[in-house]
Amino acid sequence: MARQFMKGNDAIILGALAAGCRAYYGYPITPASEIAHAASLHFPALGGVFIQAESEVAAINMVYGTAGMGIRAMTASSSPGFSLKQEGLSYIAGAELPCVVVNIVRGGPGLGNIAPEQADYFQITKGGGHGNYRLIALAPNSAQEMCNLTMLAFDLADKYRNPACIMADGITGQMMEVVDIPEPKPIPFDHRSWAVHGDAQTRQNLISSIFLEPEELEKHNLKLDRKYREIMAHEVRHETYRTEDADLVVVAYGVTSRIVYSAIDQAREAGLKVGLLRPITIWPFPSQAVAEAAQKAKQILVVELSTGQMVEDVQLAVLGRCPVHFYGRCGGMVPSSNEILSECERILAGGKN
Amino acid sequence: MAKVFEKPASFYSEFERKSAGHKKTTHYCPGCGHGNVHKMIAEAIEDLGVAERSVFVSPVGCSVFGYYYFNSGNFQSAHGRAAAVATGIKRANPDSIVMSYQGDGDLAAIGTAETVHAANRGENISVFFINNAIYGMTGGQMAPTTMIGQRTTTTPRGRTEVDHGNPVRMCEILATLPAPTFITRVGLGNSKQIMQARKAIRKALQIQIEGKGYSFVEILAPCPTGWKMDPPEARDHLTKVMEEIFPLGVYKDVSDEAEAGHWNRISKPFDVEARHAYLQSMKTPLSLEPVPLAKDLACKFAGFGGQGVLTLGLFLAQVGMKAGHQVSWIPAYGPEMRGGTANCSVNICRGRIGAPTVDHPNVLVVMNQPSLDMFEDTVVDGGWIFVDSGICTGVPDRKRLRAIMLPATEIADKIGSPKVANVVMLGAICAATGIFGADYVKETLRIIIKRKELLDTNLLAFDAGWQAVVEQG
Repeated sequence: MARQFMKGNDAIILGALAAGCRAYYGYPITPASEIAHAASLHFPALGGVFIQAESEVAAINMVYGTAGMGIRAMTASSSPGFSLKQEGLSYIAGAELPCVVVNIVRGGPGLGNIAPEQADYFQITKGGGHGNYRLIALAPNSAQEMCNLTMLAFDLADKYRNPACIMADGITGQMMEVVDIPEPKPIPFDHRSWAVHGDAQTRQNLISSIFLEPEELEKHNLKLDRKYREIMAHEVRHETYRTEDADLVVVAYGVTSRIVYSAIDQAREAGLKVGLLRPITIWPFPSQAVAEAAQKAKQILVVELSTGQMVEDVQLAVLGRCPVHFYGRCGGMVPSSNEILSECERILAGGKN
Repeated sequence: MAKVFEKPASFYSEFERKSAGHKKTTHYCPGCGHGNVHKMIAEAIEDLGVAERSVFVSPVGCSVFGYYYFNSGNFQSAHGRAAAVATGIKRANPDSIVMSYQGDGDLAAIGTAETVHAANRGENISVFFINNAIYGMTGGQMAPTTMIGQRTTTTPRGRTEVDHGNPVRMCEILATLPAPTFITRVGLGNSKQIMQARKAIRKALQIQIEGKGYSFVEILAPCPTGWKMDPPEARDHLTKVMEEIFPLGVYKDVSDEAEAGHWNRISKPFDVEARHAYLQSMKTPLSLEPVPLAKDLACKFAGFGGQGVLTLGLFLAQVGMKAGHQVSWIPAYGPEMRGGTANCSVNICRGRIGAPTVDHPNVLVVMNQPSLDMFEDTVVDGGWIFVDSGICTGVPDRKRLRAIMLPATEIADKIGSPKVANVVMLGAICAATGIFGADYVKETLRIIIKRKELLDTNLLAFDAGWQAVVEQG
């Protein structure tokens, strides 16, 4: 297996190239800029398109243009820039176009800082732009997954004609790990039933999100809703670690889940039955798996780099079956595994320590 | 002669995309300029023989329903973003003939950035700018091109320079840019002007077809409804009042000198074989040579910026990769970046790596005193600490830790470059911990050090660090 030691941000472009992505439009922002650096190097070398756009707004609209031609396109940014893309994402979802958009989340709100956070969870999983739409959202926790989940994101985007988002953070983006270089595969989707090329064959197609008549727009929204329900039924992905006999199940994703692996190993050494449930898709959310974990475990702890966002989805899934605790750091502060271990110990001791 | 009265084939004969009962008439008001311009564009598409590859972009404004009328590829786009959408279409499919059709609010207010930068990149597209000095669709508000004194629903007392600024002249602005090929302003005030407009539209498309670059055709158009005039009054107003502020004429035309094809871009279809070869060329030149690991390593390397502590981490991590282990490397984040230390965390593990950030190292290298102060206590009991004794004044707790003191920077200086102090430390780590043999590491360095003129110095540095530990026993 061919391997390379690389940053998570570079691995995203590796995955995009293997997935047949032909155009990258972006704007520089820390800590996502390496993605644009890699794209500017590799896309033109393969006869693809790279444009450093005048703004995030322009970049996402360039994606709209290329995606409407049935050609794989992407953009990447970090939190403040991702906020600017919301208008375009709403149009892309409304026009049912496939694309991949990456958010290497940093500290917010406002300009915040460039350190890791997971506080864009609401924005990514609940909408962000206007109207009834969803992003398919994947949360890698290693450089290998930055590559593999980017490839998956392109396939899911095409399969459902919907934007797919990679949500990562400054650590997962900047961290270097060993990545198995992926094999490119032909794209198994035919775009000609909806894409617009200008030729007679595709002229009946129309790239648009405007439905002037309320009856028509309601019909369109209900069609989107059916699609989202289908995604919720078929595309949930999660991972568990040492949950079989766990009294306490920690729910965490992205970089936080990496720290939780360590905390769980430490807890097990100390004789505490703690396990991890990691959402890989944060939308659709693994509600079923969380609900099942809540049946077996006595308690659930949600750890996030936020003041509490995913915890709401966990509470909705648990529906009071067991207590749901929350431990969050934010502003770029990242908990150590000892810190998470202490929290587990405190909860298992009845919250008295 | 009957043909003169037929609609061009690029204009739908019936407007099937309109709602029931309205399929034969346009949605435009009597005396509006859009109908005229639509027809001229459709004729040009037809006559230039590009109907099979034309794509029309209609952003928000009265012309948002361009797709009702044009028998071409159609994209509806967000307000102001037509030039960016057109860029995405044209760059991905350079064979397409891409037109954006934009009103004044769209192009010269909310979409100013997209307009200016598409022009500045010389996108090989044709931009048609309908300037009627008012927002039509939203109900007659002030446009960026509204005349001083003009009353609109948001300038009920008339536009003033002080309150609202002056009308924006896009041709004049864009003509300052080097890239655009053809920039002109035409009108629809009388039949002579309409003939000129027709010529300008054709020329803009011809330039694109020839790969000669960006064209911008501003068309002064009447809006009798927004202006609260009847159509003849509106035409009169256009020629007498609007032209004063927006003079007709050619603002830039380098189409004769422009080289055909100069502005064509490349977008190659996805070729699985070519991508496979390209991706394989990215693989590490290091072959896999497994070396067993007795214990997982959690390392932290800290010092001043410029001492090469991050590179030290990269070197050791790649040795770990060659040896077949899971490895991770991450530079300092958050509060650790303060207080005069640059540092990185490296994990070398037999199994999956949990936290990539190392909070409690079992190998710590410190190359300055602040790093020693900050990290000594974080090392696990019995862990290794390597201290640059020529720089740090303090001494670690030798009862708790296995400490190696060596003047790495002084040793490196003697070899010829203080920059290889990090590799002196690498040699010391390998000698003291026994994780990787000297030859194994030096073979790896031969491959991963890119600047070959520095290779010998680095290898000497490694040996010197190794030797220093051996001498200390």
